[in-house]
Amino acid sequence: MNIQPTLLIEDLAFAYPDGNQALFGVNLSVNKGERVALLGPNGAGKTTLVMHLNGIHPTGHGRVMVAGKIVDPSDKAGIKEIRSKVGIVFQDPDDQLFMPTVGEDVAFGPYNMGIRGSELDKVVDQALDLVGMAEFKERPPHHLSFGQRRRVAVATVLAMKPEILILDEPSSNLDPASRRELADILRTLDITIVMVTHDLPYALELCERSVILSGGIIVADDKTDVILKDKELLRSHRLELPVGFAL
Amino acid sequence: MLAFILVVVATEISNWVAFLGYFLLILGAITVAKINLLTVFKRALIEIPFVFFAVLMPFFGTGKFVMIGPLKLYEAGLLAGASIVAKGTLGVLSAVLLSTTTTAREILRGLERLKLPKVMVQIATFMLRYVNVISDEMDRMKVARESRGFEATGVKHWKVLATAAGALFIRSYERGERVHLSMLSRGYEGQLPHEEPKHNNAKSWATAISLPFFAALILLLTKTLTTSIGR
Repeated sequence: MNIQPTLLIEDLAFAYPDGNQALFGVNLSVNKGERVALLGPNGAGKTTLVMHLNGIHPTGHGRVMVAGKIVDPSDKAGIKEIRSKVGIVFQDPDDQLFMPTVGEDVAFGPYNMGIRGSELDKVVDQALDLVGMAEFKERPPHHLSFGQRRRVAVATVLAMKPEILILDEPSSNLDPASRRELADILRTLDITIVMVTHDLPYALELCERSVILSGGIIVADDKTDVILKDKELLRSHRLELPVGFAL
Repeated sequence: MLAFILVVVATEISNWVAFLGYFLLILGAITVAKINLLTVFKRALIEIPFVFFAVLMPFFGTGKFVMIGPLKLYEAGLLAGASIVAKGTLGVLSAVLLSTTTTAREILRGLERLKLPKVMVQIATFMLRYVNVISDEMDRMKVARESRGFEATGVKHWKVLATAAGALFIRSYERGERVHLSMLSRGYEGQLPHEEPKHNNAKSWATAISLPFFAALILLLTKTLTTSIGR
């Protein structure tokens, strides 16, 4: 049986229009059902890489494939399908929740995919149920706490039934309880996850595998506990375990 | 509301009986809607700057004038001023009535159904969502300025305030870009989801039409009355 990876990145390089090169040939393959942490210091190109996964940034050099399909922003019909398969949860939930109520925001993605009427309602309720936010459907986003907004942001993407969930710094700005609640939710989801973070304990908690992106290339790819035990590797890429944290 | 204001504006100021009728009509509607009069009054204060100019009007003018004590008041200005105050107050009151009884969301939906261009409705929808985010950001910047000992007291501080406004603009602009990216990521193609149009029943139509209808009735009645008296 031919098992194709959910996400396949081959030799991806990218330079911003101002000439600043962010990616220098990234290779990464993520299989169905895997949870992978993408670790890296600030400015390593993590967010730039994420923007390539659903064709927001055009692929400069190399290629990105999602479930066997090439990501190509110039192919309008194809990119629409890709965007329904790749769900990105952005770092600031206020960027993601732009509709007047939680329910309408969760409906935004499926609506664009052509779902209407009672089926749309069903999809919205299901997605909100998955993150435990069903009773907040009619509330405006700015009345929610930061942790709740992040959970709704996850729901907005889950409503599109993606093949792969990309989370950009999911634990940032969360208090410890919200952080644990989000981890509990993510663990219950039956979906491939790529988690961009520099919160190393969170990566260990949720992901069996980690890769380190540094200086625009993947410099390490292994089991999370193996990577986190390699102090020399972490230090050379500006990553550190919190004080008092030991494996 | 628009129809009501049109009727009001079309009325000559000398027809003061009609204006009395309009005021009673609005007050009646406010009572029926069970809105606290104090709330209405507070919200209507927005009118004050306009009233200020209207009050000045009688002092400048030409032609016939009346002396009230030491004040020389021109008749044309007096009429124009009274007209602005009366019509303006009625307009503000009816706007307050609309905004208190109808949520901003419903007003936007209404505008969409009235065939206002989609882009404008979308912009207004986003404004509704982000006005809090941006005002929070503004407050945080203010706190940050003040905790470093800054206090805006005069013209010499305008430069700092202008820089802050500029920074706020850039931040909002960048947020706009990020929001757009996140919209694209979820398949945005120029259309926001909206609910299936609810069909208004006869009752809500009747409610909507009652204000302009009674206003027009008052105008008609007072007109015929004054003309018949005039004869």
